[in-house]
Amino acid sequence: MITIKYFGMLAEHTQCSEEQLEFKPLTLSELVQDLKVKYQLNPASFHVALNHKLVQDCEDITLQLQDEIALLPPFAGG
Amino acid sequence: MKKKTVFIEGAISPNFISESIAKHQSKHTIGGHNIFLGQVRADVIDAKTVAAIDFTAYEDMALEQIAEIREKAFETYDLTCMHIYHSLGKIKAGEICFFVFVSSKHSKEVYAATEYLVNTIKKNVPIFGKEIFEDDTHQWKTNIK
Repeated sequence: MITIKYFGMLAEHTQCSEEQLEFKPLTLSELVQDLKVKYQLNPASFHVALNHKLVQDCEDITLQLQDEIALLPPFAGG
Repeated sequence: MKKKTVFIEGAISPNFISESIAKHQSKHTIGGHNIFLGQVRADVIDAKTVAAIDFTAYEDMALEQIAEIREKAFETYDLTCMHIYHSLGKIKAGEICFFVFVSSKHSKEVYAATEYLVNTIKKNVPIFGKEIFEDDTHQWKTNIK
């Protein structure tokens, strides 16, 4: 399984803070594309983190079993 | 990497801040402290006033990021100690939600370190804020880049 987490306005939009999906050997960009379609997400509105690290380029990353992916809207700490 | 307590449920009270200061009186190598306090503003947006901000965080990632930021600050500046606290949950306008406390032998180091910490945490740490207006509607806060 892989875990997907949603935060802030994205959790509000998807009405979901966390979900688990069956593992498939997709690239991270393919997974994100699937999620964009599933939830009609605006790609400009979030960053992607893989196992707690921000990812700039999702193209070359193949998902591993038990990865944790997070979709992060703009930060607002401070 | 050691993870220190960062997140506090609710506002950061003036008592908590004064107790933090008092705890350093036994550390006699310290010659200067610097403190940054972030306070929730009652911004007026389209004629509606912000009454509170409800903070959430991606806590696992945020704690790892802050641990890295702490390490970098200790490498860069000659600091004796450093404390970082951020509120989670609903913090009313006028209350303190962010507390950065830096101590060193000399004043020069603490100013630079505080600025680095505040700016880097705002930019790199996954904390999210829902601005709740007085009429209970809301919008999502975005830090100015």
